[in-house]
Amino acid sequence: MKNKIGLPVGVLLILAWCLLPVAWIISLSFKSQTAITNGSPGFFPASGDGAGWQNYADVLANDQFRRAIINSIGISLIATTLSVLIATLAAYAIARLEFRGKKLVLTMALVIAMFPVVSLVGPLFDLWRAVGLYDTWPGLIIPYLSFTLPLAIWTLSAFFREIPWEMEQAAQVDGATSWQAFRRVIVPLAAPGVFTAAILTFFFAWNDFVFGISLTSTEAARPIPASLSFFVGSDPFNRPASLLAAGAVISTIPIVIIILLFQRKIVAGLTSGAVKG
Amino acid sequence: MAAIDMKNIVKKYGDGFPAVNDVSIDVQDGEFMILVGPSGCGKSTLLRMIVGLEDITDGDMMIGDKRVNDLAPRDRNLAMVFQNYALYPHLTVYENIAFPLRLAKAPDSEVDEKVRAASATLELDEHLERKPGNLSGGQRQRVAMGRAIVRDADAFLFDEPLSNLDAKLRGQMRSEIARLQKRLGITTVYVTHDQTEAMTLGDRVAVLKRGVLQQLATPRELYENPGNLFVAGFIGSPPMNFLPATVEGTSVQLPFGSVEIPAAKAAKAEGRGLLIAGVRPGDFEDAAVADKQGGSTFHATVDRVEWLGNEAYAYVPFEAPDEVRDQLTQLEKDLDGDSLRTQLVVGLDGSSRVAAGDEAEIWMNTDKLHLFDPATGENLTVDRERAGRLEERALTTV
Repeated sequence: MKNKIGLPVGVLLILAWCLLPVAWIISLSFKSQTAITNGSPGFFPASGDGAGWQNYADVLANDQFRRAIINSIGISLIATTLSVLIATLAAYAIARLEFRGKKLVLTMALVIAMFPVVSLVGPLFDLWRAVGLYDTWPGLIIPYLSFTLPLAIWTLSAFFREIPWEMEQAAQVDGATSWQAFRRVIVPLAAPGVFTAAILTFFFAWNDFVFGISLTSTEAARPIPASLSFFVGSDPFNRPASLLAAGAVISTIPIVIIILLFQRKIVAGLTSGAVKG
Repeated sequence: MAAIDMKNIVKKYGDGFPAVNDVSIDVQDGEFMILVGPSGCGKSTLLRMIVGLEDITDGDMMIGDKRVNDLAPRDRNLAMVFQNYALYPHLTVYENIAFPLRLAKAPDSEVDEKVRAASATLELDEHLERKPGNLSGGQRQRVAMGRAIVRDADAFLFDEPLSNLDAKLRGQMRSEIARLQKRLGITTVYVTHDQTEAMTLGDRVAVLKRGVLQQLATPRELYENPGNLFVAGFIGSPPMNFLPATVEGTSVQLPFGSVEIPAAKAAKAEGRGLLIAGVRPGDFEDAAVADKQGGSTFHATVDRVEWLGNEAYAYVPFEAPDEVRDQLTQLEKDLDGDSLRTQLVVGLDGSSRVAAGDEAEIWMNTDKLHLFDPATGENLTVDRERAGRLEERALTTV
């Protein structure tokens, strides 16, 4: 009995804890600027304080913000695709082949993943300016790749190791080349791993602030998180909090969509039935 | 279709241990060949060398007239059924069976025709749209076979295909495989550790031990004329009894008394000192119900009786001298067994009234008695005309 009550209560507590800030941002995004300046403590806008969809319309009408959205989506998608592609091939090699320095590759990957992002920003800033990558899409995609690849490789090689050798051998006996066996049997079986890696990479790229603000200077490449910090209204002492809230909500939407899309693909037990359990 | 000829095949792993040691087996076109032996005898390795999943260290692998040592699996045109089926879980049963055809870029109409034919043969019609994960063990097994028969492969290779099924299903699938092979008339190599499968399925059986071929013969030849102790102990269930024996003239001294054997047999074992006599449980009978001619009888105290209805097994413990005991202990190890007790298993007719504790008179068919050299394991009384191919190399001191 105790468990039956305890579980929902616990779940509700955690949900409230996690969702309260989100709910508050949503609430803010529907209040008018004046209401916030005057102090509007209620969760729901008081009468006359509501702004309706006006904040959203304002944000979307802002050219700077629209550019940032395009930058963020483009950079994150390219980084994710490349990262998953490279990681799939690398992880397959690590899971299946015996080669010298395999341990080294895995260890190096972990070391890179643990490297503090901030410590790299300074050198990268100088380097990028020298080679002309500063304030460009590749200038952000490359650091995102190097920080997400290790995790993706580790995740995927774990998935590949789970797939029985026989699957591949059966495909080869059935007449497949190594590449066909990989593409038609192994990759579909590792799909949950591929999507997990994709989500992790997309998160990192989408949420990154440090690189986004340090390695860009104009709308040419500036992603949303950096762009939001430049969102200053007419009065620098009175930042447009409700507009910012609307921007934050909008920038969360792609993440939610991606999660909902990919979550369906991450179904456990896809390999069940391949071999006798 | 093609014959498979293995010539002096050797497989050495990195540490130099020969997993398969100089094995030569000729599989005729259309023949059902069984590779059998306890675990670690190299039978699966040999099969994987035929299909190309293991490199061949030395020797020639011929399929048809072609040497295939250096060909990739896909270029050997063989179909294989794996022990764990290795079905593709993301594809439907239909696409699983169609997989080899799709790789060969067959047109859809041909794929459909062949897949439907295979599924009809294997009675998989109502499962074609399901995924392997939703099938029972026997159904998965049939899908794996469907994937093999859908192509025009030169030969079928089976790697312990029934070991994951329960006993009843195993029996059904066994006869299913035999029927299918006879109907398709396709060369088949079948690996198993189960001597029942070996006896019932094979045209010929190759018995392997620790990478060395022991004997290559028909099931009947193996049963009646085992070339050495190992084959004698491996083939037959319950296994052959091994007793210490000394031959004097035409009489053999056994732990329970002496029996007379045919002069021809006795001559082969004359003056060899202590030997191991081998008698199958079925070659005994309760003297009270036996109406058999010839043979010999002896008296023994029965320790335990298992009555199964149509037959019964009586157990008679005996003491073996150390020299024989060592050889028998080693044999048990080779056979994956661990029984340390030396006892005689006597097969009795179901009508026998012998009970535990009785002093019974037991008849023995001495024509079927084998005599083995305890040092080499060689069967001294083997009929070489009816023993298939014996490997002299298999006769080594253990």
